[in-house]
Amino acid sequence: MKMSGAEILVECLKKEGVRHVFGYPGGVVLNIFDVLYDEKDLDLILTRHEQAAVHAADGYARVSGKVGVAIVTSGPGATNTVTGLATASMDSIPIVVFTGQVPTMLIGNDAFQEADIVGITRPCTKHNYLVKDVKDLAQTVREAFHIASTGRPGPVLIDLPKDVTSGMCDFVWPKEVNIRSYNPKYEGNKWQMKQAAEEITKAKRPVIMAGGGVILSGASKELKELAELTKMPVTVTLMGLGGFPGTNNLSMGMLGMHGTYCANMAVQNADLIVGIGVRFDDRVTGRTADFAPKAKIVHIDIDPTSIRKTTRVDVPVVGDIKQVLKEIIKNLKETKEQWGAVRKSWLKQVDIWKMERPLDYEHDNKIIKPQFVVEKIYELTKGDAVICTEVGQNQMWAAQFYKYDKPRTWLSSGGLGTMGYGFPAAIGAQFAMPKATVFDIAGDGSIQMNIQELATAVINKLPIKVAILNNRYLGMVRQWQELFFNERYSHTNLDVVPDFVKVAEAYGAVGLRATTPDEVEPVIKEALKIKDRPVFMDFVVDWHEKVYPMVPAGAAIDEMIFGEKKEKKQKFDSSQIKIA
Amino acid sequence: MKHTISVLVENKFGVLSRVSGLFSGRGFNIESLSVGETIDPDISSMTIITRGDDLIIEQITKQLNKLIDVIKVTDLMEVEHVEREMVLIKIAPAKGDRPDALRITDIFRGRIVDSGPKTFTIEITGDEKKISAFVEMMKPYNIKEFVSTGKVAIAREGLKK
Repeated sequence: MKMSGAEILVECLKKEGVRHVFGYPGGVVLNIFDVLYDEKDLDLILTRHEQAAVHAADGYARVSGKVGVAIVTSGPGATNTVTGLATASMDSIPIVVFTGQVPTMLIGNDAFQEADIVGITRPCTKHNYLVKDVKDLAQTVREAFHIASTGRPGPVLIDLPKDVTSGMCDFVWPKEVNIRSYNPKYEGNKWQMKQAAEEITKAKRPVIMAGGGVILSGASKELKELAELTKMPVTVTLMGLGGFPGTNNLSMGMLGMHGTYCANMAVQNADLIVGIGVRFDDRVTGRTADFAPKAKIVHIDIDPTSIRKTTRVDVPVVGDIKQVLKEIIKNLKETKEQWGAVRKSWLKQVDIWKMERPLDYEHDNKIIKPQFVVEKIYELTKGDAVICTEVGQNQMWAAQFYKYDKPRTWLSSGGLGTMGYGFPAAIGAQFAMPKATVFDIAGDGSIQMNIQELATAVINKLPIKVAILNNRYLGMVRQWQELFFNERYSHTNLDVVPDFVKVAEAYGAVGLRATTPDEVEPVIKEALKIKDRPVFMDFVVDWHEKVYPMVPAGAAIDEMIFGEKKEKKQKFDSSQIKIA
Repeated sequence: MKHTISVLVENKFGVLSRVSGLFSGRGFNIESLSVGETIDPDISSMTIITRGDDLIIEQITKQLNKLIDVIKVTDLMEVEHVEREMVLIKIAPAKGDRPDALRITDIFRGRIVDSGPKTFTIEITGDEKKISAFVEMMKPYNIKEFVSTGKVAIAREGLKK
C-alpha cells in the first residue's frame, strides 16, 4: 500500500518506539502535523519555541535513556534548533531532530523560510541527512536512530523537503541497519584491560574519575562494584553526577573548577587516575600541564578521539564502559588483594581532606543564601527528585549542595553551558517520568531565556518546580568580574527583573516567593503539594554570594580560591602535604 | 611534520564539506586536498596533506574516522608510498629563450600541451621535489599562470616502513 512521506515518517517513529515528540509547526511540515492530528499512539507536545522543543527532547532522553525526538519547520524553525543540537552534541545525548525544508526543486533558490540546515548543523550533530527522495525516508530514519543511540550517542538531524513528506511510496521498514563506515567498538582490548587492572593493583593512591559516559553506558552498578571492591575513592565530573552515589563513603564529590577541595587535592596527589567515561575537559583539568602530576592515567572511553585529546594517557581502553568495567573487575577479583589494608592510609588522607574543607557557606538568619535553598530542596525531597539546572551559579550550587545517588536524576548542560536549558529539559523529563518530582534550579537570568515554556508546562499540567535563585545579577559572570576584573560589573546587573510570581500567575501557574530564610522551607513544601501545574518559587537571595571553591581559569586544580571567611586566594602547595 | 593522509569516503554530497569543516572547525591545517571517484563509484578517495605533531596527527586520523561517511583512513607516513601531483604552467618566455625553455621541459619529461604565439603551456607530473625544481627552473621564463592538482598518493605493495 502506498503511503505519503508524512505517514511513513510517523510509522517509522512508532516502530522506533517513540511515544512523545516535541515540536512546533510551520508551512513545510504541515503534511506531518496533519498526520499527527489523528494519531493516537504518538503525542506531539507543542512547545513555545523550537529551541525548547530540542531541549525537551534532550531532557526526555537523559531521563529515560531513549532517543528524544523533535519536529520543527524550515528556516527559522530549523535554525532555532542549533543551540539544542549543540547542547546535546557536547553532552553526547541521543536525539533525532526533524526539520522541514522547502521543496527539493526550490532548494538553493533562497526560497521563503529556506535555510541550509544540513550545512549549518554539520559541526553540532553526530550526523545529519537531507532526504531527497521519499523512497529513502524509512531507511534514513532507521539509520538516524541507530547512529544517535549507539557508540558515543549524539544528536542526528534529518531535513525533510516538503515534496518528500507529500510524496507517495510503499512503506518498507528496513529489518536491520548496516552502515559499512560506522561500527562502534564496544569490547575493550583484552591486553589493555589487563594493564588497567594491573595499574589499579599497583597503585597506592588511586582515584576514580567518572563522567557522563558511566550514565550513558548504564554502568553505575559496575562503577560502584569497582570502587567498593578496590576501595578507590571516586570523584565525578559535572556530567557524572549520579553515576556514583553522592552519599557513598568513597564519594569525594565533583572535581574541577568548582569541585570539592577533597576531590581536587586527591587528584593532584594521586598516583593513578582511572578516568571512566570522561573527556578531561578544561573545566575539570585546569592547567593540563599540572593536572594530576604524580599520576599515571588509565582512560576508558567509547570514543577514541577523547583519548589523548587534552591529557597524556598511559593505559587507554576504547570500549563500552559497562563491558570494560566488568572485564576489569573480573581481572581484579583474581588478584585476591587485601584492598582494605592496602588503601587504608590513602583513604584516611582523603577523609582528612574531606573534613579539612567541606563545601560550606555562612548561613544567615536575615537573608537567604542560595546554597541554603538547594540544601533544603535536597532535604525536603529526600534526594529523590530529578534536578534540572540552568547555567551559572545556580548550576554549580545545585551540583555542590544536593547529593545525587542515582543516575539520570541530574540534567544539566555541562559541555555547551546553555542558559535556558533547564526549564524545557524539565518538561521533557516530566513527560518521560510523569510521577517523578522534577525541579529546575534556575537563576533569574537563565530562566528568562526560555520562560515562555510556562505555557507548555501549564497546558500539559506538568507539576515542575522551578526554584529561581534570584540575585538580580548574571551571578557567575559577576563573580568573575568581582574576582578578576576589579569589580567592574559591566552589564551583569539585570536591573529590571520581572515579578516572577506574577509571571507565573499570568500563565496560569503558581507563583510563590521567599524573602527570608524561614520562608524557604514553607515555600518548597507548598510547591511539593502542587500536582497539576508548574510552580515558580522566587527565592530572593544574597547577591554577594559566590561559588567556592574556585579554580581560576588557567590555574592548576589545587590552586583554589575559597570564600572570604576563609583565607583569601590562598594557594596550596600540594607537595607540602605528606601522605602516609 | 608533514603527513599525507589517504581517506576513503562514501561518494555522497556534503562529504567534502564534512571533512574540510572538521579541519577548519578544529583548527587543523590542510596544505592540499584532492578528491576523486574510485573504481567503485560509491566511494571517493581523498588525499590530504597536513602538518602537525604526533598528537595532532593522531587526533586528525581519529576525528576523520569518527565521521560517519568515512570508510577508511590511512596515514601514508606509516607506510612506503608513492606521491604524485600534476601541474600546468603557462610561460611567456622572451623570444630568444623559447628553445631553452623547451629543452628544460624535455629534461624534466614535461609535455607541451598548448602553444600560442607568445606562450607555452607545459604539463608536468612528479613528486614535490621534481615539481618545485622545475618551477624554479621556469621562473626566468616569465610564468603567467600556474595550476596544480594537489597531491595524490598510494601505498606501495608489500612494503612496511
